[in-house]
Amino acid sequence: MSDYNFAYLDEQTKRMIRRAILKGLAVPGYQVPFASREMPMPYGWGTGGVQVSAAALTPDDTLKVIDQGADDTTNAVSIRKFFEKTAGVATTEETAKASIIQTRHRIPEAELTEDQILVYQVPIPEPLRFLEPRETETRKMHSLQEYGLMHVKLYEDISQHGAIATAYAYPVKVEGRYVMDPSPIPKFDNPKMEMAAIQLFGAGREQRIYAVPPHTQVVSLDFEDYPFEASKADHPCDLCGAEDSYLDEVILDDAGNRMFVCSDTDYCRSRRDAGHTGRLGEEAA
Amino acid sequence: MYVAVKGGECAIENAHAWLAEERRGDTNVAELSLAQIREQLSLAVNRVMAEGSLYDRDLAALAIKQARGDLIEAVFLIRAYRSTLPRFGYSRPVETGEMACDRRISATFKDAPGGQVLGPTFDYTHRLLDFKLAADGEVPEAPVSAPREEATPHITEFLQSEDIIEREPASDAVPGDLTREPMSFPADRAVRLQSLTRGDEGFILGMAYSTQRGYARNHAFVGELRIGKVPVEMDIPELGFAIEIGEVELTECETVNQFKGSKTVPPQFTRGYGLVFGQSERKSIAMALVDRALRWEELGEDNVGAAAQDEEFVLSHADNIQATGFLEHIKLPHYVDFQSELELVRKLRREAAQLAETLAAKEAAE
Repeated sequence: MSDYNFAYLDEQTKRMIRRAILKGLAVPGYQVPFASREMPMPYGWGTGGVQVSAAALTPDDTLKVIDQGADDTTNAVSIRKFFEKTAGVATTEETAKASIIQTRHRIPEAELTEDQILVYQVPIPEPLRFLEPRETETRKMHSLQEYGLMHVKLYEDISQHGAIATAYAYPVKVEGRYVMDPSPIPKFDNPKMEMAAIQLFGAGREQRIYAVPPHTQVVSLDFEDYPFEASKADHPCDLCGAEDSYLDEVILDDAGNRMFVCSDTDYCRSRRDAGHTGRLGEEAA
Repeated sequence: MYVAVKGGECAIENAHAWLAEERRGDTNVAELSLAQIREQLSLAVNRVMAEGSLYDRDLAALAIKQARGDLIEAVFLIRAYRSTLPRFGYSRPVETGEMACDRRISATFKDAPGGQVLGPTFDYTHRLLDFKLAADGEVPEAPVSAPREEATPHITEFLQSEDIIEREPASDAVPGDLTREPMSFPADRAVRLQSLTRGDEGFILGMAYSTQRGYARNHAFVGELRIGKVPVEMDIPELGFAIEIGEVELTECETVNQFKGSKTVPPQFTRGYGLVFGQSERKSIAMALVDRALRWEELGEDNVGAAAQDEEFVLSHADNIQATGFLEHIKLPHYVDFQSELELVRKLRREAAQLAETLAAKEAAE
């Protein structure tokens, strides 16, 4: 293969994406259309996030890529390698050392700082899509702040199930204006979205970019009598003993035994390095 | 004992190595050359060029070889490569009326200037497996005649001189470019046609077929189907005039469709249009039918709620690279989201069980 431009995309394209990012930051939660390019990985594999990262990266950046909270999932490995090859940037698995973190489905457990950018991969940027499939309609609903349909949906959940039956991609309202899809993160992560870091969201196939600037109000939709609840498996991590982290459930055998481990692999590793141990930590080490 | 899985990187590399081996197949069988694919699988090459939106037979052949014959995967390779190419400019519109036709047929007139030219078509072959091909692909030379001298004007021009078919409004406006600007709705016809010509052949075929079966039927006649080469010209600023930079093979289909007319417009035929890279008959006919169905609004027809009339539905789902990407991505890890669903369903079931218990206890007490 011949040489590609820094971070794969040509400068013209990156400029176009940066303009979309800046517009997104200026209008938090608003979905900015952009002329997404075909990337050398399939739509659905994070082409939006990859384009946003490519436009945000500078040669001095340190990149971390996670999928399901982990640095070593196959697609995270693949995207990290892509940028190692096309941008030659330093990469890390340590959350604190990264200046740009591209993520799919999780927000890292460690608090992010104002020196960091969190880039989300977004499959369906439109929070109203499954209530109204037409873009022509949903864009109108956003511009008129016509969010009644969403509240009706949440209400119907309660009347049918006794609770809001949305566990991930739980809709939020940004700075009191736009209802936004936080990407398919578990609702456990929603409260973390009011953070010091810049949050950028890229949806390649759907050709949309949106953003949440630092310290912006992000409220998970709920009702006074049915308040939002960030939930996770009711266990400590079996490896590091953390009680505050989001957990993956792992099937151990055919006798129904399970273990629960931190989904954020860097968080779990750093806790174990610091001497914390969970129920099965000794055996696993 | 579970230990957090490391080694995604190694697994990926090994998978790629295995894939390469599978692609090659049995090494006792001679390897396919790109020239063989280009020359002997030319309709596959055409499809990859059309849906990949890049006219290059050799690259399409390479993509087909690399993709193990999976044409959507080959289209994807071409699209990804295409997006790295610098754009020098835009060619002038090609003149399909001056096409050097290999094939040109009209279903609306028995004969017309330029004639009916069957060309290399499957149309009247009997679909019997030719076992001779399995042993020996050599073919006798086809008879040759001198090309027809006369011009081959578009069939619709004859209808137009009578004003019995709608006129295409002339315009010098620069058409939109869906590879440079995000798609937005409503889309104009130029963008719709771009989307259809690079859209998945199967999808466009299915949409067109649905109109024929009554979901927004538009009574299409194939006014003309022509296949052949047209020169491509580009204005060169340094020269101040246009020069020919190459030629492309195209398939063009113009349908003549019924139109009832209105109080202000007397009855008049309308048009559907299909234009596709290479010899791609099925695709160009299907494209013309879908184009016509999508024009319901500008022609003052009723929206009968058919899928093929629904611009947002058709254009949002025609692209097979987008479609296959999103479809197949569900095989990527989703265990974080699944975990949150698991917790939720367990909680809801617990609550439902508690409620049932309470009710049962209450009933027993009464």
